[in-house]
Amino acid sequence: MKTATPLTGALLYLNGVTVSFEGFKALNDLSLVVEEGELRTIIGPNGAGKTTMMDVVTGKTRPDSGEVFFRGTADLSRLDEAEIANLGIGRKFQRPTVFENLTVFENLELALADSRGTWRTLLAHSTSDRRDRIAAALARIGLSEQTGQPAGALSHGQKQWLEIGMLLIHDRTLLLLDEPVAGMTDRETEETAELILDLAKDRTIVVVEHDMAFVRSLGARVTVLHEGAVLAEGSIDHVQNHQRVIEVYLGR
Amino acid sequence: MPALPGGQQKGAWSPRFWASFLACGVALAVAVPAFNHWVPPDSPAALPDYLVPLLGKYLCYALLALSLDLIWGYAGILSLGHGAFFALGGYCMGMYLMRQVGTRGVYGNPLLPDFMVFLNWKELPWFWWGFDHFAYAATMVVLVPGLLALVFGWLAFRSRVTGVYLSIITQAMTYALMLAFFRNDMGFGGNNGMTDYKDILGWDVHQSSTRLGLYIASVLALGLGYLCCRFITASKLGRVLLALRDAESRVRFLGYSVTDAKLFVFTVSAVLAGIAGALYVPQVGIINPSEFSPGNSIEIAIWVSVGGRGTLVGAIVGAVIVNSAKTWLTGAAPETWLFVLGTLFILTTLVFPRGVVGLLRRPSRIRTRAAARVPAGERA
Ligand SMILES: Nc1ncnc2c1ncn2[C@@H]1O[C@H](COP(=O)(O)OP(=O)(O)O)[C@@H](O)[C@H]1O
Ligand SMILES: [Mg+2]
Repeated sequence: MKTATPLTGALLYLNGVTVSFEGFKALNDLSLVVEEGELRTIIGPNGAGKTTMMDVVTGKTRPDSGEVFFRGTADLSRLDEAEIANLGIGRKFQRPTVFENLTVFENLELALADSRGTWRTLLAHSTSDRRDRIAAALARIGLSEQTGQPAGALSHGQKQWLEIGMLLIHDRTLLLLDEPVAGMTDRETEETAELILDLAKDRTIVVVEHDMAFVRSLGARVTVLHEGAVLAEGSIDHVQNHQRVIEVYLGR
Repeated sequence: MPALPGGQQKGAWSPRFWASFLACGVALAVAVPAFNHWVPPDSPAALPDYLVPLLGKYLCYALLALSLDLIWGYAGILSLGHGAFFALGGYCMGMYLMRQVGTRGVYGNPLLPDFMVFLNWKELPWFWWGFDHFAYAATMVVLVPGLLALVFGWLAFRSRVTGVYLSIITQAMTYALMLAFFRNDMGFGGNNGMTDYKDILGWDVHQSSTRLGLYIASVLALGLGYLCCRFITASKLGRVLLALRDAESRVRFLGYSVTDAKLFVFTVSAVLAGIAGALYVPQVGIINPSEFSPGNSIEIAIWVSVGGRGTLVGAIVGAVIVNSAKTWLTGAAPETWLFVLGTLFILTTLVFPRGVVGLLRRPSRIRTRAAARVPAGERA
């Protein structure tokens, strides 16, 4: 790992990031700074590049140009997915992807902050400390009763929570949540907002979301993405009254 | 029994498991020799001599099927070139057996096997050195398939070759090896391969007691191979493998190295296949390049799917059932065999996706792929 002096004090720093797919620029000179401890929401119309931005941060997609730094020193554009995850960056996908053939317990077990080496996993022990941490996470996401069920048997909302639980149990510094309430009922959405606010107390979270009521309930700083670049940034009231934002997004 | 890591799945090593495991082991390792050796040959209960190496051969195939189930059933790696690792293990054993022939060959050359004398070679090629020692040959049985798997797997898994593409390149690998081994100047006997063995570790390979010994060695290898696979699949690594079988990119985002995990099981699997091949050769008495043929490797996948993929026991059951049927049919109605094999494959993929073992077991105990409908968009 590079030990250069931090470029910025920010936890996540994107500068001039461009990603193109066959000539089409999904991200166009995007710059974004997220401070440590912040809860940030990112909104934008479909195809604005929100998911692509998360792909770049988590190593799934390599940027064509631009810089991506974590804690000012780790150059994420040079690391692979597993290395980035082990730096403390966790991600929830847009569609829930839990391991359907594993039980709820086993899903959390794989996410537990623990050695990831192949030998270590082969010879891993299941200690009472580990079981306690899993039980605590189960309680926090409200799935204690489903612990032995295959994750494939959970409802859509439960899968979303399990996935959040998997991020939470890993003790990540930075969580990226891609549309965490998509497909949830109003009640589930409310509960999820509470869960996210609770999680945000001791980590940095970036939430991508469409649902304006949900974004408002988080009460966080909002970044509006449009055609792969930042269109506006500020409080929810600020962006909702922003002329360009109303034109391209909210006014439609 | 030494303490096993506590991360092993509950019930994987229960007394019930050990009881049935030992019962099967004793039935195979004691009953067969007893009926062959101690029951008078004219009694109806006697097991005729010719059946012993045949059963031994089935057990080698069972170990081979087990090795494929470990990677296919649990990690989703469908190798259609596993016959290559089997054949390489077999060739290592064949080389040892050829060196044991000594001056008893047709040409009576103390150093060179007959086919080299025939090619007018004057000295033993360097890669034949050491094969007159059993320990060296046994080491090679493990190292050669293991190293090939390590290098091949590293290249394939690092570049994220998966699914049907991986199956295709494994077919290409075994096909390329077959062509290479067909060539006389490779120094492995060309298309005739190696045969006419005399003895192994000083015992005559044609003696019924030697054959019983080889049979028992096959039972032991299968039993140990099974325990090894069960240990891996019941560990936390086994859960990582199941997870990456169903949603590989998701496992990466959790911080696991998918490449390392796949490489590990792929190499273990190739070593098991190589050991199976090494035990197979002295029991059938020949090794030749047809063992590398792509069709052979496809057949292994059929044994596994007939028995029940992702169950370990199913691989063993499938290999024994399909090969017994093959032995019987190729005697009774040889022209129908390929049709039967094809039908079996279609039936097990479409009608009984869990194979024979799946039909017998309670559904909840088997983790099938069918339950995993990961949205296509999230699959990297
Ligand atoms: N792998 C890809 N190949 C081609 N085009 C892509 C790919 N991924 C995303 N895109 C395109 O990039 C744009 C941004 O997509 P995305 O980041 O998913 O948007 P959002 O999440 O904001 O809805 C879309 O127009 C999409 O079609
Ligand atoms: Mg998206």
